[in-house]
Amino acid sequence: MKIDFRPDVARVLQEAKAQQKSVLLDFNAAPM
Amino acid sequence: MWPDERIARFVNAHFIAARVHPRDTPDAFKEYGELYNAQWTPIVLLLDPAGVEHSRIEGFLPADDFLAQLMLGWARMAFDAGQWAEAERRYREIVDRFPNTDAAAEALYWAGVAPYKATGDPASLKATGRAFKERYKDTPWAKKASVWT
Repeated sequence: MKIDFRPDVARVLQEAKAQQKSVLLDFNAAPM
Repeated sequence: MWPDERIARFVNAHFIAARVHPRDTPDAFKEYGELYNAQWTPIVLLLDPAGVEHSRIEGFLPADDFLAQLMLGWARMAFDAGQWAEAERRYREIVDRFPNTDAAAEALYWAGVAPYKATGDPASLKATGRAFKERYKDTPWAKKASVWT
């Protein structure tokens, strides 16, 4: 199982608000 | 830390996950770094549905510690929402599943606070103060709970 990380944070925040779901925001410099 | 199956399961169950990267997504990295005052990597923020930060994890952690910190943030969200019973359940799960992590002492502390917030009965604080006489004695959380006994 992998985590479905998304690069579009603005969209994620919009979806989170619409779905009333929490957000995990990762600031990471490791190779993607 | 991220390849750990337990972490992936937990994150996918409770969060929509986003990642910003200084080279691959530099504009977003800068924009959200400024917005949330994230000045280092790795940093993980846990945000509520309105985008309000409730906890952050700064720096690398081994898998058990990282998962326990994620669970701590998840419990904090319930606590901040005034969902006392759910917050206590989440905090106690950390103590039960990851008793040897740094998060466990903090979880034990807040697991005692949550029922007090629900009822105003100081019995849970006293019980937690006594529990810290037996466990996690050398942690800052034991010092904080010492006033309850």
